[in-house]
Amino acid sequence: MNPTMNLYAVRAIYLYEMSRTARTLLQSVVSPVISTTLYFIVFGAAIGTRISQIDGVSYGAFIVPGLIMLTLLTQSVMNASFGIYFPRFVGTIYEILSAPVSSFEIVLGYVGAAATKSIVLGLIILATSDLFVPVRIAHPVWMVAFLVLTAVSASLFGFILGLWADSFEKLQVVPLLIITPLTFLGGTFYSTNILEEPWRTITLFDPIVYLISGFRWSFFNIAEVNVGLSLGVTLLFMAICLAIVWWFFKTGYRLKN
Amino acid sequence: MHSLTASDAQIRPARASAGMSAISIRNLSKTYASGFQALKDITLEIRHGEIFALLGPNGAGKTTLINIVCGIVTPSAGSVRVGGHDIAAHYRAARAMIGLVPQELTTDAFETPPATMRLSRGLFGKAGNPAYIEKVLRQLSLWDKRNSRIVTLSGGMKRRLLIAKALAHEPQILFLDEPSAGVDVELRKDMWQLVRSLRASGVTIILTTHYIEEAEEMADRVGVINKGELIVVEDKVELMRKLGRKQLTLELREPLAAIPAALSGRGLALAADGRQLIYSYDTRSEGTGITDLLDAIRNAGVKFKDLQTTQSSLEDIFVGLLRQGS
Repeated sequence: MNPTMNLYAVRAIYLYEMSRTARTLLQSVVSPVISTTLYFIVFGAAIGTRISQIDGVSYGAFIVPGLIMLTLLTQSVMNASFGIYFPRFVGTIYEILSAPVSSFEIVLGYVGAAATKSIVLGLIILATSDLFVPVRIAHPVWMVAFLVLTAVSASLFGFILGLWADSFEKLQVVPLLIITPLTFLGGTFYSTNILEEPWRTITLFDPIVYLISGFRWSFFNIAEVNVGLSLGVTLLFMAICLAIVWWFFKTGYRLKN
Repeated sequence: MHSLTASDAQIRPARASAGMSAISIRNLSKTYASGFQALKDITLEIRHGEIFALLGPNGAGKTTLINIVCGIVTPSAGSVRVGGHDIAAHYRAARAMIGLVPQELTTDAFETPPATMRLSRGLFGKAGNPAYIEKVLRQLSLWDKRNSRIVTLSGGMKRRLLIAKALAHEPQILFLDEPSAGVDVELRKDMWQLVRSLRASGVTIILTTHYIEEAEEMADRVGVINKGELIVVEDKVELMRKLGRKQLTLELREPLAAIPAALSGRGLALAADGRQLIYSYDTRSEGTGITDLLDAIRNAGVKFKDLQTTQSSLEDIFVGLLRQGS
């Protein structure tokens, strides 16, 4: 074993988590793809044809980054939270806590797997979207950067949720009552610029506005908020999540008695 | 279940340096957030290659002690060294030496035995070794179930799988926390055989149990813990010699109504409606007084048709120690 880093452990956790996805392929991959297709049918075809272009982009294309972000955020949070909550719930966490693994390596394994899954899903949804509307990507590198940063940040947040939750109810309540509403409010299906005050200002307190705005900019070169600010908020969110995870492992809160 | 043998090179771990304790525990205490003091100033040395049985009633602190050594619970005070490595400062080296079989049947229900063993091996910093995993699964009679989900295995199989997981990274020290809990007699004996085989291959084994029979059967040394305090640590044979009592029972030809006056003051008691004469004696004493007693019985005209001796079990000693403690 490498004395400074237990890469075998990172790999083992990562592969174990990825195998769970393969085992639950229907709910992990097929279900989000079907949901996205339905969003396109309802918002793109049925309602979208009655909505004029937004900043020169057809409504159907405009919602693509928002839909990818919606899936990316919810799936990252759900995958990462379940990944660490389940061993806590069934008691198999004893093995991870008694292994020669650092907290960083544990996070790398679980968050890496959760982020990988949601990135793959994001790309599948992007490909699915292309079947409905022509999608152009103005800044491909930044698109990938926002995709990865958002997936990792949301997975870190999900990991925190999985460490904090002491029941399945708590595990579900945050994605359902916080993440999903904030994602809808954050401009998944519309531009926050069209909101009246004070709602426009209120949305600026929703961190997801910055994620979606930055991601949408990478597609269409249009943004509700400054791109640098979007990137800064994303990195800040990730840093805060990392600090909280570090604190969980440092204190053993919810992990060690 | 096939037994592991000392000649089994693949499962035999490297012996740690001689002279150093496998585990050295110094002034260890643990007080939970609730204020409950689970361990009180425990100091204990576990020798290389021994089977050490930690006995104690439920809630005595056995699992807390194991969990601290394994890194699952944080101690309030004291230090622990495993193979000379401090469990906090050099946790990687310390933990890599240990395999833990927990008390609860905690397994990932939807995985297969080889998959969960691969995870265990990886977590402990070992490269994949399908041949070794197959070998351990075969030795624990689980190879036939390699494609089954763990949820479909019986309780005994799950218990064996937990042992397989603990052995996945070829540990030098194995903790067995209540290995016989909920296990049938046949499997229990198989498990004892497995433990002996592992010891023969150089593995140090620490087992907690409240089945005294288990400790009596297997342990080299015994520690008794009660209410967080280590009451005694002793070689098992020595403990039984020191604290054990023997009893001589004489089956009388004719029942006695009372102890004859000539035999009074010799610590005799009547039992079975006067058909048995019982004499208890201390195994530590220089002389047991049996020869004198038999002479005195003959002189008193008491005739017996049979005699037998019995020795107090580890369980009797354990119960006595706990009573003494309380």
